[in-house]
Formats: sequence, C-alpha cells, structure tokens
Amino acid sequence: MDIGTFLVQCLNSVQYGLLLFLVASGLTLIFGIMGVINLAHGSFYMIGAYMAFALSPLFGDQFLVMLLAGIALAAVLGYLLEWAFFSYLYQRDHLQQVLMTYGLILVFEELRSLLVGNDVHGVKAPAWLDGSFALGELMSYPWYRLFASAACIVLAVGLYWVVNRTRLGMMVRAGASNRDMVRGLGIDIRRLYRIVFAAGVALAALAGMIAAPMSSVYPNMGASVLIICFVVVVIGGIGSITGALVASLLVGFVDTFGKVFFAEISGMGVYLLMAGILIWRPEGLMGRKA
Amino acid sequence: MAAAIAGPLLGPYWADLLVKVMILSIFALSLELLVGMTGLVSLGHAAFYGIGAYATVLGSGAEGGNLIVLMLGAMGAAALYALCVGALSLRTRGVYFIMVTLAFAQMAFFVFHDTKVGGDSDGIYLDVRPTLGGLSLESRHALFYLVLAALAGTYGLLALVRRSRFGAALAGIRVNEQRMRAAGFATYGYKLAAFVMAGALAGLAGSLLAVRDGVVNPELLSWHTSGDVLLMVILGGMGHLRGAVIGAVVFTLLKELLSTHALMGPLADHWQLTLGLTIIVFVAVLPQGLMGLAQRLGQPIGKGGKA
Repeated sequence: MDIGTFLVQCLNSVQYGLLLFLVASGLTLIFGIMGVINLAHGSFYMIGAYMAFALSPLFGDQFLVMLLAGIALAAVLGYLLEWAFFSYLYQRDHLQQVLMTYGLILVFEELRSLLVGNDVHGVKAPAWLDGSFALGELMSYPWYRLFASAACIVLAVGLYWVVNRTRLGMMVRAGASNRDMVRGLGIDIRRLYRIVFAAGVALAALAGMIAAPMSSVYPNMGASVLIICFVVVVIGGIGSITGALVASLLVGFVDTFGKVFFAEISGMGVYLLMAGILIWRPEGLMGRKA
Repeated sequence: MAAAIAGPLLGPYWADLLVKVMILSIFALSLELLVGMTGLVSLGHAAFYGIGAYATVLGSGAEGGNLIVLMLGAMGAAALYALCVGALSLRTRGVYFIMVTLAFAQMAFFVFHDTKVGGDSDGIYLDVRPTLGGLSLESRHALFYLVLAALAGTYGLLALVRRSRFGAALAGIRVNEQRMRAAGFATYGYKLAAFVMAGALAGLAGSLLAVRDGVVNPELLSWHTSGDVLLMVILGGMGHLRGAVIGAVVFTLLKELLSTHALMGPLADHWQLTLGLTIIVFVAVLPQGLMGLAQRLGQPIGKGGKA
C-alpha cells in the first residue's frame, strides 16, 4: 500500500467514523437521558437517506437548504413519534421497549416499501461538490467526502457545545445522571424528553441525508447502521458522548482497513474489536461501572 | 395435544404447518429459559438456531447421514458458539446485554452471508434427507413424530429444570442477582450454563427446521428471526413454559392470517405493516402476554392478579 492510498483510506475511516458518530450520538442521547432502548433508531437514518433521495431533485444545488429542510422534517417526525409512542415507554422495562420499537421498524420498512419500493437508488452530490481534491500526484479525494467529514465535525463540536455549555445541555446531563432529581427541581422533564428525542431523530436522519450521495439508498440500510451503532455504544460506554466519538472513529478505522486487508472476512472486524473491548472493559471505554 | 398427535391425519397443509409450529415452539422454549426463567433478554437467539440448521446441512454430506448424530452435532455447534458469546456478553447486563447479543448474532449472520462456508447469501440445500436408524424421513409421518418427540423432550427437560435446584437459582437471579451473589451463588456460572443450554436447544430447533425445509439460508440468523422469537415468548407470556408454545402457535397463525389475501385484501402483501402495528398495540394493551390475559380473565374482579 503506497502512501497515497493509505492517506485516502485514513480519510475514509475518519469520514465513516464521524458519520457513525452522528447516528450513535442520537442513540446515546435517547438511551442516556430517557432510558429507552430504541431499535427504530436505524430507521431514522434510513428515512433520512430516502428523504435525500426524494428532496434532492426539488432542491437541486441548494444542498444545504435541503439538509435544513430535512432536519426540520425529521425533528417534527421525532416530536410526533415521541408523543404518540415513546412517551409510553419510559416506565416500561427494556423488553417492552425492544418489542415496541421492533414493531415500529416493521412499520417503517413496509411504509418505505409502499411509498418508494424496494429498488436501490443513487443520489447525486450537488454540482458545487463534484470532482476531487488533488494533492499533486500523491492522491485525490472527492470533495463531497471532505464536505461530509467537515459537516460532521461541525455538528460534533456543536453537540459538544450544547451538551457542555448551555442550559439545555446542563438539564440533559443532569437528566442523564439522575432523572428524579431533575424532576424534583421542577424542570419540565416531558418537554426536555421531547426535545432530546426530536434532536436524536434529526441527527440520525441528517446522517442518512449526508450519507446518501456516498453510499446508495437501499432497503435494510437502517438495520445495518443500527447494529454498528450498538457496537459503537457498547465500545464507547453507555451515555458517554465522548466515548461514542472515540468508539465511532475506532470502528471507522477497523472497518475501512479491514475491507482493504481482509476483504473476505471484513464484516467480522468490528465485532472482534467489540469482543476484545468487552474482555478488557465490560463497561466500555468511557462508561461508568455498573 | 390431541391435535398434535393426530396431526398427520389433518392433511398435508395442516400437518406441515403443525411441524413448523412445533419447531418454533422448541425455539421459543429455548429462549424462555433465558428471558422468562433467568431474566436475560437476548436479542441474538437466532444465531444458535441458524448455526444448528447450517451444521445439520453441512454435516449431512452426500449420503444424508444419521439424524441423531447430526442433531447432536448441531446442538454441540450451537452450544459452542453460545459458550463464546455467553462468556463475553454475560460480563455486561441489562440493555448492554441486549445490544451485545444482537451484535454477536449479526457477526454469525455475516459469516454465513459473506463467505463461501454456507453458500453465501443464497444458502445451501440438503442433498439427501438424513435417516433415523433405518427409518427414512422422506415420509411426512416420521418427521412429524420426530419433531413432536423433540418438543415433548424439550418441554419435559425445561419443566424439570424449573423444579431443580439449578432452576431455583436461575429464578433467584431473575428476581435479585445481587442477593443471590451475596448468598454465595456464583451467578455468572449459572447464567452461562443457562445460556449454553438455551443455545443448544435453539440449535436443536434449527436442526429440525433444516431437515423439514431441506434448505438453509442466512435469513435464519438474521435479527428479524431473533425479534420474532422474542415476540413469541412475550406474546405467550413470560414465566410460563406453556406461554412459549402458545406464543409460537399464535405468532404463526397471526402471520398466516395477516398474509392471507382473502382476509386482508391488498394489505396481505404488506403483512409486516399489520404485524408491526399489531405488536405495538399488543405491547400497549397486554404487557403480561396472553397468559397474563388468561389469568386476569380467570380471576374474579376485585381480587386482583399479580401486582
């Protein structure tokens, strides 16, 4: 492997890892704050990707405007879903949360098949992000992928800022460590939950929209991303956003380089990583001891 | 039970469906050992079912082979994977455990889906049905009674486990693991034993399914299969062996009903939609499962059931 290829693969790893982080951070937020295990989280990623497929012809080169519209739509969807389904799950045990969100996946998958069919679709990157960035003879890298990484970094920094520096973030952190205390302090926890849930859905959908021009849009994309996100959350430690970031990048590297070196069994790489971490630290890299 | 014994007399369609239901019952019972009896919610149980099925087909060879040997091999293979997965995943608890079991099942799925071991995504066919002693399983009757015997054996075994000291320890772990540990029980070992046993029984169900269908594919290990079997256990009602069997029956019938054109019209093609909605309503209305409903109906109003 020459240096150029190596650099390209590194960039790919970081880009994939950051994208995973967007989805996983939403999952972590929803689980960390509300204690709900949400199997349907991958569906939100899928919905985002299909949204990009449906909206990109309408918005053309106004890609950023499209992303904003998509975020708004997803947040509204999240708000409604929280109101209709998830608000009933807070007091239930994990088993019932697993079942109900499993039911939701079946509904989302079938609705997708009814609305857009089961074909694989491609989404074109906007013209202003066409082409590649070239570093002399050494390597060239698609502008769109650079844009995707940059967008994810901006979002990650933004998320960090909101969680650690704002009043909302303070309530979120307090809610994650002691729900009853927050309720006791007179904070409207129902509204807080609804906002966090809508934000989680929007993050996952945004990741799907950003991913759409890089990978094709296909059925079951939600399930595959969900399971990788579980791996990320297990490696990173439940409830830790920083842990999710570190784990996402690790998974991104293992998966990308696994595909280069061990194409045949590349699917197993991240699970072996997870197994190793579990032997070493069952609570995850940054998780608290249970 | 009478229907089960007289099964083959009901005609090929019902006999065939009944065999499927009985196999799913074994599968659901194996998960009940984890979820209902030990309190471990596994979302990766399909891995052991699929491994059992693949082991049976891969081991059968050109002459079919001896079924007993194949079934034991399938159970052994599933138990071995359960030992590895259980040893790691039982280091975690609660929602972590759910995620880890799902992830390891998905790893097994990818092994069969992406590599040549099991004919990648197309799966592989059983060339010749294995035989049982000199008995050919080509006959529907033989297969039927074989599956019935396996179901009775599994049910009997789990009923014994429930009553044993081992079962009492599992029940203790379900209620309060910390107290069990304080009482001097090595809870990790007990949970691991239950996990391996559940894996082996799921492997048995998978092995029987492979013999019935004559074909296996990676779908058997997919997380939809894991979700479905978890649904069966809860649908029937956890904490009762009967619940798992009832759950398997109801789930199969529900799936048949929802995909019947005569009943559902054009929605029959989208039975997953109706199934999904049914699950959601079910969770909202019947958290204790059908056994819970039966108990509630059976009790005079005012006395109250289990709080």
